[in-house]
Amino acid sequence: MSDATAPATGPAGVRVKKMSLLEQDDRTKRRNAAEKRFQFYGLTAITVGVLALAMLLISILSNGLSAFSQSFVTFEVTLTQEQIADAEASVVKTSKYSAIIKDNFQTALAAQGLADQVSVDDAMGLISKEAAAQLRNVATARMGDDEDVSRSFTFLTNGRIDGYYKGRVTMETAARDSNISPEQLQLADQLREAGLIEKRFNWGFMTMPDASGQRPEAAGLGVAILGSLYMMLVVLCLALPIGVAASIYLEEFAPKNWLTDIIEVNISNLAAVPSIVFGILGLAIFINFAGLPQSAPIVGGLVLTLMTLPTIIIATRASLKSVPPSIRSAALGLGASKMQSVFHHVLPLAAPGILTGTIIGLAQALGETAPLLLIGMVAFVREYPAGPPEGLFDPASALPVQVYNWTQRSDPAFFERASGAIIILLIFLLFMNALAIFLRRRFERRW
Amino acid sequence: MPVLWIVVIIFAISVVGYLIGRKRALSMTDDGARGLHSLPSYYGWNVVMFAAVPSLLALAAWLLVAPLVIDGRVSALLPNETIPQVSTRGLVMEDVRRLASGIDAAISRGALTEDEAANIRTDFTNVRARLGEVGVALGSEPSQAVVNAAQRYRGLSAASGIWMTVVVLSLSAGGFGLAYSLTKAEFRARNTVERGILALLMLASTIAILTTLGIVLSMLFETTNFFRAYSWQEFFLGARWSPDFRGNSDLGILPLLWGTLYISLVALIVAVPIGLFAAIYMSEYAGPRLRSVAKPLLELLAGIPTIVYGLFALITVGPLIRDWLAQPTGWGESSSSVITAGLVMGIMLIPFVSSLSDDIINAVPQTMRDGSFGLGATKSETIRQVVVPAALPGIVGAVLLAASRAIGETMIVVMGAGAAAAQFQGGQFLNPLEAMTTVTVKIVSQLTGDTDFASPETLVAFALGLTLFVITLGLNVLALYIVRKYREQYE
Repeated sequence: MSDATAPATGPAGVRVKKMSLLEQDDRTKRRNAAEKRFQFYGLTAITVGVLALAMLLISILSNGLSAFSQSFVTFEVTLTQEQIADAEASVVKTSKYSAIIKDNFQTALAAQGLADQVSVDDAMGLISKEAAAQLRNVATARMGDDEDVSRSFTFLTNGRIDGYYKGRVTMETAARDSNISPEQLQLADQLREAGLIEKRFNWGFMTMPDASGQRPEAAGLGVAILGSLYMMLVVLCLALPIGVAASIYLEEFAPKNWLTDIIEVNISNLAAVPSIVFGILGLAIFINFAGLPQSAPIVGGLVLTLMTLPTIIIATRASLKSVPPSIRSAALGLGASKMQSVFHHVLPLAAPGILTGTIIGLAQALGETAPLLLIGMVAFVREYPAGPPEGLFDPASALPVQVYNWTQRSDPAFFERASGAIIILLIFLLFMNALAIFLRRRFERRW
Repeated sequence: MPVLWIVVIIFAISVVGYLIGRKRALSMTDDGARGLHSLPSYYGWNVVMFAAVPSLLALAAWLLVAPLVIDGRVSALLPNETIPQVSTRGLVMEDVRRLASGIDAAISRGALTEDEAANIRTDFTNVRARLGEVGVALGSEPSQAVVNAAQRYRGLSAASGIWMTVVVLSLSAGGFGLAYSLTKAEFRARNTVERGILALLMLASTIAILTTLGIVLSMLFETTNFFRAYSWQEFFLGARWSPDFRGNSDLGILPLLWGTLYISLVALIVAVPIGLFAAIYMSEYAGPRLRSVAKPLLELLAGIPTIVYGLFALITVGPLIRDWLAQPTGWGESSSSVITAGLVMGIMLIPFVSSLSDDIINAVPQTMRDGSFGLGATKSETIRQVVVPAALPGIVGAVLLAASRAIGETMIVVMGAGAAAAQFQGGQFLNPLEAMTTVTVKIVSQLTGDTDFASPETLVAFALGLTLFVITLGLNVLALYIVRKYREQYE
C-alpha cells in the first residue's frame, strides 16, 4: 500500500483538509494575492518614475516651445543721411532714432487707414524699445554713404504684444497693466490682419545677448551659449589630458602604497562632493587668491574641470582596465618599454571608452549651475566676449545660469524664455549623450 | 611681452629643438638610426622636454606668485591713515589696480604719453575725467597716495613682466642647450624622456589631492576668519538666522540645518520606495523588453541638470501644490515650500537609488533565490525574506549616497524651497507647506552679488560650506565603506 492510496486521515484519525492542486486554499490565495500586490507595487514605482519624467519634459516643452517664435512688425523706413548725422551728433542718440521710427510707423499706419485708431504714441508701444538700437546699427553702418537708407525693417514687437498672441496677456490683464492697454491690443489685431505684424521663427533667441528686465522680447542666449562653449573648451583642454594622464599613472604605473591609496579614495570622494563646494573653492582660490576676473569663462572652466576630473578618471580607468593584459605582454615581449606599450597599444584601444567618459563628463559640466553662481556668472552681460584666448577672460554668462537669471525676473515672459533656454540646453545634452552612445556602439571592443 | 607670445616662442623653440635634436643624434653615428641607443625621435623629444617643461612651469609659477608679491609691496606703501574710515585696505588696493590698468589702457590708446603718465599729479590733472575720456571708469577721484601706489604698481608690474620674459626664455634656451649638448649616440634618450613623462603623469594624479586640499584649506582659512568675528558656539548652537549687513546679525546654523534635513527627508521618502521597488521589479520580474525601455528612461532622470528640476519646481510643481494643497487646507500660501522642493528632489534621486540597488540586488547569488524557491516560497516572499535582507547593507549604502546628494543639492532648493529660515518658535517649522531655506541656499545668497570679505555675513558662507562638506563627506565615506564591505561578502 502506497501513500497515494492511503485514506486522507492523519495518524490520529483526524481528517486533514482536502488538498487539491486545482483549487487554492485560503492561505495560498493570500500568498498569491500578496505576490500580485508586490508585482503591482513594482510596476507602479516604474510607472511613477516614467510619468515624472514625462511630466517634467511636457512642462518644459509646453512652457518653452513658444520662445522659439516671436511676433515681428514690418514696415518701410526711410532714413536720410542728414537724419543719421543729426542723430549721431545728438547726446540721446536712440531717442532720435525712436522718433524716426515713430514718423515712419505713422506713415505705415496711415497707409493702412489705421492712423486715427489710437494715438501714435500708443501705437509706438507696440514696438520693442530695442528697435531704436537696431535701426542705429544699420544707420551707423551706412553712415557716410551718399545714399539714403530706404527699405523695409522688421522690428520685434513689445513683449506684451507677443504675450497677447501667445495667450499670456489677455484683454483683462491688459486693462490692469500700465505697460499696455486693451486699445493697443485691438490695434495689434488689426495690424496682424493687415499683415504688418506676423509671427515667425525667432533666430534672435539663440544669437542675441541678454536684455534688461523691461524688454524680454529682445533677450537672447547668444552670450550664454558662447560662454558655455568657452567653458567647455577649457574643460576639454584641461580635464581630458590631466584626467587621462592621472588614470594612466594610477592604472599602469602606480605602486601599491599608502600614497596611491589616498589618491584613489580622494578621487571617489571628490566625485560625490556637492557641486556648490567647488564653487566656494573657485571663489576662494581662483578669484580671491589668484586674482582671476569674476564672471570669466576661464574661472568657470577651471572650476568645472576640477568637478569633471573624477568622472573622466573613473571612466578612463575602467576602460584601461578592460584592455586585456595579453596586449601589454605582447608589446613587452616584442621589446617595447612599459611606456611604449601603454602609449602605443593600450591607450589607443581604450580610446573609445575614454572619449565616451569625457563626453558624459562634459555633458554634466554643461548643465552645472550652482558653482557658477558663486564665481559671479550671474552678472548681467550684454557684450559678446572676444575670441579666445582673450575672450576667456571677458565676462560672459552660461546657459544654465542664464536660465536661473531669467527666473529671477518679474515679467512672466522671462519664464517662457527660461523654459526655451532649457530646451536648447537639453538638445545640447541629448546630442552629446547620443554621440557618446554612438561612439560606444561603434568602436567599443569586447575582449 | 604678453604671455601668449612667450608661449608661442617656447613652442617655436620646441619645434626647432625636436628637429635639431633628432638631426644631431643621427649625425653622431655612421650607420644611421641603428647606431643610436634610442629611436631618433626620442632625441628630439628629449630636447623638447628640456626646452619646454621647466620654462612653462616657471611661467605658471611666476604668473601665480608675482601678483601676490607686487600686491604685498604696494600695499605696504599705503600708510594706514590714507585708508578712509568707510573703506578697507583691500578696497583701496582694488582702486590702485584699477587706476594702474586705466593708465595703461590710456597709454595704449594714445590718450596719454609715457611721460605724462609717469608725472600724473592729482593737484594738476583731473585723473578721473582724463581716464573717463578713454573709457576707463573710476569710482571716485583718486587721492595722491593712491596715484603714487598705482605708479609704483605699474613700475613693479612692468619690471616683473620684463624679468619674467628674460627668466622664462633663458630657461627655455638653457634647457635647449643642455639637451643639445647631452645628445650623443650612446645617450639614453628614451629612458630620460620616459622618466620625464612618468613625472608628468604623477603630477597629474596629484591634482585630485590638491583639489581636496584646496577645498579644505580655503574653507578652513575663511572659516577661522569668520570665527574670529563671530563666536563658534553661537554659530553651531544658535537657533536664529537673520543676517543683517549693517552688523548685529544672528547667524545660527540650526534653522538652516533643519530645513536641509527636512527637505532631504521628504525627498528620501519619495525616492526610496519608488527607487527600491523599481529596482526590484526590474531585476526580478521585468522581461528584457520592459527592462531595456524602463531602465534607460529612469536613468535619463539622472542625466537631466538640476537647473531643469529647479525650473520644474518653480513653474509647475510649486503653483500646483499651492493651488491644490496649500491654499485649500490653509497651511501656506507661497508656491515654494518644503514639499515642492522635496518632491522634485525625490524625483531627481529615483535613479540614484534604483540603479545602485539594481546592481546590488543583481549581485545577490542566484543560489540563495533557488534555495528559497525550493522551500516553496513565492517570488515576492523570496524577495522580501531572502534577497532584500541579503542586499540590505548595499541598499543602505545607496540610500546614504542619495541622502548626501540631497543635502548638497543646490538649484532645486534655491528655486523651490524659499529663502526664509525656519523659526523654531511655534510649530511652523514642522509645516511641510511652509517655505524653508537650506544651507546651500544661504551659501548662494551670501556669496552672490556685492560681497565684502571682511564681514561675518559673507564669511559665514564658508563656515556653512565647510559644515556641508564635512557632513556629505562623512555620509559618502560611510556609504562607500558599507557598499564595499557588502561587495566583498559575495565575491
